[in-house]
Amino acid sequence: MNSMRTTFRNNLKQYMMLVALVALVIAFQVLTKGVLLKPMNVSNLIFQNAYVVILAVGMLLCILTGGNIDLSVGSVVALVGACAGTFIITWGWNPHLSILICLGIGLLIGVWQGFWIAYVRIPAFIVTLSGMLVFRGLTLIVLSGLTLAPFPPAYLAYSTGYVPDLFPALQLFGVRNTTSLLVGVLIAIIFCVTQVMGYLGRKNKGYAVESIWALIVKMAVISPAVVWLFYILASYRGIPMVLIIVGIVLLAYSYFTSHTVMGRHLYALGGNEKAARLSGVKTKRLLFLAYVNMAFLAAVAGIVFAARLNSASPQAGQSFELDAIGACFLGGASAYGGVGTVGGTLIGALFMGVLNNGMSIMGISSNVQQVVKGLVLLVAVAADAISKNKLPFNIPRFGKRDAAEQQSVEL
Amino acid sequence: MAKKLLEMRSITKEFPGVKALDNVNITVNEGEIHAIVGENGAGKTTLMNVLSGVHPYGTYSGDVFFDGQLCRHQGIKDSERLGIVIIHQELALVPYLSIGENMFLGNEQHRRGRIDWHKTHQKAEEYMQIVGLKEDPHTLVKDISVGKQQLIEIAKALAKSVRLLILDEPTSSLNESDSKNVLDLLLRLKKEQGITSIIISHKLNEISYCADRITILRDGATVETLDNQSAEIPEARIVKGMVGREMTERFPSRSRVIKDEIALEVRNFTVYHELFTDRKVVDNVSLKVHKGEVVGIYGLIGAGRSELALSIFGQAYGTKASGTVYKDGKPLELNSVPDAIKANIAYVTEDRKGSGLILSNSIVHNITLPRMDFVARRGRIDKDLERKTAEHYRESLDIKTPTVDQLVENLSGGNQQKVLLGRWIFSQPDVLLLDEPTRGVDVGAKYEIYQIINELVEAGKAAIFISSELTEILGMCDRIYVMNQGRIIGEFLAGEATQEIVMNCIMQDSKGEIGA
Repeated sequence: MNSMRTTFRNNLKQYMMLVALVALVIAFQVLTKGVLLKPMNVSNLIFQNAYVVILAVGMLLCILTGGNIDLSVGSVVALVGACAGTFIITWGWNPHLSILICLGIGLLIGVWQGFWIAYVRIPAFIVTLSGMLVFRGLTLIVLSGLTLAPFPPAYLAYSTGYVPDLFPALQLFGVRNTTSLLVGVLIAIIFCVTQVMGYLGRKNKGYAVESIWALIVKMAVISPAVVWLFYILASYRGIPMVLIIVGIVLLAYSYFTSHTVMGRHLYALGGNEKAARLSGVKTKRLLFLAYVNMAFLAAVAGIVFAARLNSASPQAGQSFELDAIGACFLGGASAYGGVGTVGGTLIGALFMGVLNNGMSIMGISSNVQQVVKGLVLLVAVAADAISKNKLPFNIPRFGKRDAAEQQSVEL
Repeated sequence: MAKKLLEMRSITKEFPGVKALDNVNITVNEGEIHAIVGENGAGKTTLMNVLSGVHPYGTYSGDVFFDGQLCRHQGIKDSERLGIVIIHQELALVPYLSIGENMFLGNEQHRRGRIDWHKTHQKAEEYMQIVGLKEDPHTLVKDISVGKQQLIEIAKALAKSVRLLILDEPTSSLNESDSKNVLDLLLRLKKEQGITSIIISHKLNEISYCADRITILRDGATVETLDNQSAEIPEARIVKGMVGREMTERFPSRSRVIKDEIALEVRNFTVYHELFTDRKVVDNVSLKVHKGEVVGIYGLIGAGRSELALSIFGQAYGTKASGTVYKDGKPLELNSVPDAIKANIAYVTEDRKGSGLILSNSIVHNITLPRMDFVARRGRIDKDLERKTAEHYRESLDIKTPTVDQLVENLSGGNQQKVLLGRWIFSQPDVLLLDEPTRGVDVGAKYEIYQIINELVEAGKAAIFISSELTEILGMCDRIYVMNQGRIIGEFLAGEATQEIVMNCIMQDSKGEIGA
């Protein structure tokens, strides 16, 4: 139990943000008179926020390395979109091949920036500020300042399409896309099975396990939520292709950060670089890879975003970096590095996304929206800072001496 | 009967869920040096925070009388106005400002908002003279030694017309001669200027040396106040008060298990400084350690001990010009820290917060960090195995925490040090380079750490023990190397070394340096 309490305390901010997100959704659901969670709007929300989530995951890794951010991602998104447009629309190349080349361009950009940041030790802020200008400029050069449109369907299918329905005649529970509903149920079942298997496995090997009730509550909350989300999607046109891309990114990076040695090293690097180095962590290489990865994900986001616009525009991706950074901090990442999770980042990105979408539906002007978003970011981070100082959560309750020790350490 | 300058009456301070101070009474007379001792967590820092107003009036119960007046401090400013100045363990100087600027930081010599630099530097020199420091007040603080910085802190307090000077662990990062310098200064200020001071320290010999009276705290309560003036109190007596039982021995005994095989040998090591690449920090050092042996390296701060250890540990410091490391008789190529870890060498840093622990991570994550491959398969961490491993070290090292998921930043100093030791024991080393393994931990935890070291060498491992505390070196080591100015200048067996012999060795060497 003690262990659970500590885990809870360590992740307090994330839980608070999750509660805040649910409250926000309910509030907008009421304020927009039910429009927010209409199937079409949920689909919209996914399209609108897919690229933010992808960018935020990459940004999280950079922030984890020590509070470093990447200011260039908006420009990289634009440059990759411009390249895709030039290859496919102007030169008529094969869309699939072009996408691969675009991802390669992303990697090259990452190598360029990562080299300066990790090996020449120029602050990331400066290198990526330079990148922001350079890549925006290159975008304008590539496009000669013009917008290219439209993309062929083969390209658009990757991100703006929907997963086709295998059983169009079925219309189970009156939904339009039965396959999507079945996929949702399947995911929920897989989730429950892995949870139970993991629980039993640990119990058999004699490791510590959470209480059986915690497990049941976890399954009872998450599985219906998943099925419900897919039910809504199925009621419209089905699962958006881009949701699959986002899902893969989230799963892969969530696994990477929490279950791999390299992911762990990332947290160590951000928590204390010197200590990490003296524990055998290859700090430079890790920092380098974080930026290569960031640019790669920015390229993915660029491809997705160009497809959504159905054009390659020189103005694409303006201020995307700020959305991504905001999502990370909202989701509980530390501005000093070493703290933050993929799950938290997703919550942060969704929070911003729902806020945007809800206010737009309500017809609030975009000027006011910016003010609200800025204040929300500040309040969320401030609430965390204040709660850390005031809440009794920080004081352990296990005997007088240790608690007093803690005080002396903190003060 | 001397006049009471400070009286704290039945102070009780509670934090949510815990009583940090429980009815503490303490009286400090004008013109005395009053020492407060106690283990980590006994409540010393909290008590000083009450006194200086960090915990404002009303958040604690009990009364503080200064100079006969009841104090109702709302913040540090209020206590400073009365002349109560606290110097914290971590020095609060700004490295990139000059000595003069630092000395009058928050107390600027100005006329209507415009700083009078002439006056600032002139006064800075005056105060530096009082503390016996000859430096240009324009020198940046980062360019002077830690010992001198400590003196600047005291001068800064004097500039605020201090009446009660509180020093929290003033010598924890100083070597012995600098420490003595600071203590002598306190004695001199007492005699010449009548300045009262409170000193908090773990170093009992220093307290016996300078304190008039000693108050002992344990578990948030005052145990007793001892008079050190008329007759010097034996250290064992103080320790007994602190831990609540007799500590018959400071160092646990171990069965002598030194084997003939050499575990690690270093030949002709020369290392140049990290930044000043023409400065030799380690100069042609050769040494060896046998299996089952604890070898001490003693030297003043700046002698190159940590630099030597770090460069053995995969050239983690500076640039190596020459030298070879032999382990079990075979020469090794150690070009990086991972190389050294793979070769089963461990380096336990002297600075556990700065370069040791990942404070924002849990105990589990900290322990397994250097050898993740022990708890992972093909890059995937087996989290259950990892937890079980951490639990093992929690039990065997007696790390006091409710759970191994606790963040390390929430642990006390002694427990943090045990986590750090646990990490490097986990890495399965044959040779441990222990750099000041007991720095900043209390007497009880020190003893436990000595025991851990003994268990390790009894299991056939070899340890190189670096310390600035000579008593500790003499008490723990089988053989002692003395280092000065980057060179090994002496080697003694445990039986033949005494404090005098070792110090003499250094003095002789330094003299030769000046003569040459």
